[in-house]
Amino acid sequence: MQWGSVSEFLAMGGYGLYVWGSYLVTALVLGAEVLLIRRRGRTTAAITGPTENGASE
Amino acid sequence: MVPVFAVLAVVLGIAGLYVGFFVAPTDFQQGESYRIIFIHVPAAWMSMFIYMVMAFWAGVGLTFNTRLSSMMARALAPTGALMTFLALWTGALWGKPTWGTWWVWDARLTSELILLFLYIGYMSLAAAIDDVRRADKAAAVFALVGVVNVPIIYYSVQWWNTLHQGASVSLTRAPSMAQSMLLGMLLMALAFWMYSIAVSLMRVRAIIMERERASAWAQELA
Repeated sequence: MQWGSVSEFLAMGGYGLYVWGSYLVTALVLGAEVLLIRRRGRTTAAITGPTENGASE
Repeated sequence: MVPVFAVLAVVLGIAGLYVGFFVAPTDFQQGESYRIIFIHVPAAWMSMFIYMVMAFWAGVGLTFNTRLSSMMARALAPTGALMTFLALWTGALWGKPTWGTWWVWDARLTSELILLFLYIGYMSLAAAIDDVRRADKAAAVFALVGVVNVPIIYYSVQWWNTLHQGASVSLTRAPSMAQSMLLGMLLMALAFWMYSIAVSLMRVRAIIMERERASAWAQELA
């Protein structure tokens, strides 16, 4: 463990912008993908109603 | 199956991040900037791997006319495109502090950008044709032709003189990095893998439902 404090951790040895810029965008993009797929499934279900076998998603 | 892969993705991701940020040491040349590797390499691996799986299912759909294979191929494309984007994005953010530039037109970077265009081309072509089965077939041919780009990306660092470094991990020799770095990277790679499976299964389920509904609705009209 090489971090003395939270601010040291966030600074990433001066590379904070690059490291956190990578991780933040990755988290946002992956989160957005999951949300969009969920909405896609729900939209279809909402438009057409439940299937005969009762599956909703 | 989706929850299993989703839970695995989260658990492996947390473990990978922990090892990546708290166990792996600072790189003696690159300082802390190298920690981008824990998403850059897994995203780049997945971008190539998903393309091959997508082309495989597209090819199976084309050859045997199995509808589910084509749907699987379609479900993989957006996730593959996303992984390609992430590989490029994190690569740019890594290139700036280490190479002094966000982007260069070298073989590795350019062929990975072409991969992104192949994914976008595949999705556009599939979406542009109204008849679903014809769309699947046309897109499958496109995907199969594009496979030629994957080995080009993989071997680009050997075939050409590029700014991008060679592979740090290979099956034929010992990895050229600290063990904890390698562990963090492999954990993150597995997490990305599980994530991709979970998300693709979710998407293929949505596609199946859409097509099922569309055909049921068409039958009612007829």
